[in-house]
Amino acid sequence: MTHLFTSRRLVPIGVGLLALVLFPLLVPGSGEIVASFFNGAFGGRNFFNLYATLSRYTILLGMALAVLISFRAGLLNIGGEGQLVLGGLVAALVGVYLPAPPLAVAVVALLAAMTAGACWAVLAGLLERGTGVPLLIGSLLLNYPASFLASYAVSHPFRDVASGATQTFRILREAGLPRFQGTILDYGIFLIGAAALAYVILERFTVFGYRSRLRGYSAGFARASGFPNRRLYYRTLMLSGAAAGMTGFVAVFGSSQRFVDGMLTTPLYAWTGIAAVLLAAVRPGLVPLTAFFFAMLATGSIGMERTAGIPREFGQVIQALIVLTLAGFAGKLTAISGGTR
Amino acid sequence: MLFDAALIDSVPRLVTPVLLAAIGGALCERSGVFNISLEGMMLVGAFAAVAGTFYTGSPLGGLTAALVAGAVFGLLFAFFSVWRKGDDIIVSIGINILAVGLTALLLRSLFGVSGQFDDPAIAALPNLDLGPVGDIPVLGSFLSGQSVLVWLAVALAFAVHHFLHHNNLGLRLRAAGQNAEALRTVGISPERIKTTALLACGALCALGGAQLSISNVTLFTEGMSAGRGWIALVIVMMCRGRLLWILLGALLFGFIDAMSVRLQGLGLPQQVTDALPYVLALLVLALSYRRRTRRAHAT
Repeated sequence: MTHLFTSRRLVPIGVGLLALVLFPLLVPGSGEIVASFFNGAFGGRNFFNLYATLSRYTILLGMALAVLISFRAGLLNIGGEGQLVLGGLVAALVGVYLPAPPLAVAVVALLAAMTAGACWAVLAGLLERGTGVPLLIGSLLLNYPASFLASYAVSHPFRDVASGATQTFRILREAGLPRFQGTILDYGIFLIGAAALAYVILERFTVFGYRSRLRGYSAGFARASGFPNRRLYYRTLMLSGAAAGMTGFVAVFGSSQRFVDGMLTTPLYAWTGIAAVLLAAVRPGLVPLTAFFFAMLATGSIGMERTAGIPREFGQVIQALIVLTLAGFAGKLTAISGGTR
Repeated sequence: MLFDAALIDSVPRLVTPVLLAAIGGALCERSGVFNISLEGMMLVGAFAAVAGTFYTGSPLGGLTAALVAGAVFGLLFAFFSVWRKGDDIIVSIGINILAVGLTALLLRSLFGVSGQFDDPAIAALPNLDLGPVGDIPVLGSFLSGQSVLVWLAVALAFAVHHFLHHNNLGLRLRAAGQNAEALRTVGISPERIKTTALLACGALCALGGAQLSISNVTLFTEGMSAGRGWIALVIVMMCRGRLLWILLGALLFGFIDAMSVRLQGLGLPQQVTDALPYVLALLVLALSYRRRTRRAHAT
C-alpha cells in the first residue's frame, strides 16, 4: 500500500483539492459564492443540477477513457474531438433515417458511431505509419475537417428545416437512451461506465492489455520483445477512437436527442477529457475522480453565473490553471506514459 | 473569375497572421521548445489588441497591449515548461484552454457581451499607402494599402533568418535546441535562451492576432484565431524552422485562404472551404515527411 502514497500520485490529487479550496477563496465575498457553486453543481429543485453534473460527467468520462486508452499505450491521440463529433453525427443520422424497430436503431447507431470514431483515429495512425506525420499533429489536424463536415451536414443536407437552429431532426423517440425517473440523467452513464470497466479489465487481465501497457512504458522494449507492434498500434487506436465515437452516440441519444451544431465542440469536451487524464497522471483508477472534478467545475461555474453573477468561463480558466500547475509539478507526460512522440 | 486583383489584394492580409505566428513558432522550434500553443497565443493577442485599442483610442495602444499580453503568455509558458520542467505538450494544452477561457471571461466582465465585441471606438491599424506604386496594375494593390504589420512580418522573416545565422545570440538559440548541455558547459543558461525565445514567440503570435482583430476587421469574436495557429505550427514543422521556407509556406496557405473565400462565392459551402487549409496541411505534411523519411532510410 505504501506506494499509493508516493508523491507522483499524491501531487495531482493535492493540486486538485487545493484548487477546489482556492477556487472559491480567490474571489471576494466567498461564502455566498461557494454556496452558489455547490448549489450549481449538486443542488437545484429535486437535485436537478446534480443530474446535470452527472450528465456532463458521462460525456467527460467517455472522452477521458478514449484519451486514457491511447495514452496508456504511449500513443498521443489528441484527435478525440473529431472522433467524438463524427460519432455523434453518424449516430444522429442513423437515429433519424434508419427505418427499423427502436432497439435495432439504437444498436446500429451505437455500432456506427463507434466505427466512425475508430476509422477517424485509424486514419491518423495510417498517416503516421505511412508517411511519418506525428500522430499528435495528424490526429489534431483531423479534428477540423471532421467538425466542418458535421457542421456542413447539419446546416445543409440533414438540417431540420422547421427549426431555427442548425440541427438535425429529432431521433426516433423510442430509440433514445432511457432516463432515470423524473430526471434529465440517462442510462448512457451505465454504457460509458461499463466500457470503462471493460477497458480496465482488458488492460489488467489480457495479453493485449499487458502488451499495450508495456508499449506505453517502452515502445522500444515492446518492439524488442517481438510484440505484434503494428497490430497493437492500430488496435489501440481503434479502441480509443471507438470510445470517443461511443461518447458521441451517448451525447446524441441521451440528453439532446439530436445533433446540434457545435454541441460537442463548444464545451471543449475533448480537451477537458485530456486535462482529466493528465490530472490523474494517466492512472486509470484516478480518472473517474478527475473527470468528475471537471464536470463539477463546469456545472458549478454555471450555477455561480446564475446566482452570483460570475461569468461561467471562470471555470475554464481555473481548469487551465490546474493543467498548467500540474504540468509544472508532476513531471513529464512522456515519462509517465512512457510514450513516443 | 477565380483570379483577379481583389484576390491578389487579400493575400497579404491573410498571410500575415499565419506568418507572424510561424516566425514565433520557428524561434521556439529552433530553441528546442515544442510549442503547440501558437493558437492560444494568437487568440490572446487578438483580444488584447481590441481591448487596448478600445481603451486608449489608438491602434498603437492596441498593438502595445497585444505585445505585452503575448509576452506574458510566453513567460507563463516558459515558467511552467522551461523552469518547472513541465511537459511542453501539457503546458501547451493548458495555455490553449486558458486563452479560450480567459478571452471569453474578459469579454464578458470588461465589455458585458459574449460571442462578439464590436464598437466604433475600435480603430483599424493604418494602412501604408505607397503613393505611385499603387498605380501599377495588379501588383499595385498587392503592395500598396497594406497594414504596417504586413510589411513588418515580411521584414521579420528575413531579419530572424539573419539573426539565427549571423548573430551570436541566434547561434546560442540554435545551440539551445541542438545541445542544451553543451551550451551550459560554456556558461550560458539554455533556460534563459528558451525563455527569450518564448517571450518573442508570444509577442509575435499576439501581433498575428492583432492583424486579425484590428486590421482585417475591427472587432473580436470568440475563437477568432480559428485554427490559424495550428496552420502556422504545421508550416514550422514542415519547414523545420527555416525562415525563408516558412515565408513561402505562409504565402501558400494565405493564398489558399484567399482562394477559399473566392470558392465560397462560386457556391461551395463555407464549411467545405474552411476545411480546405487543414486537408491541404495534412497532404503537404504527409508529402514532406514522406520525402524526409525516405532520405533518412537512404543514408
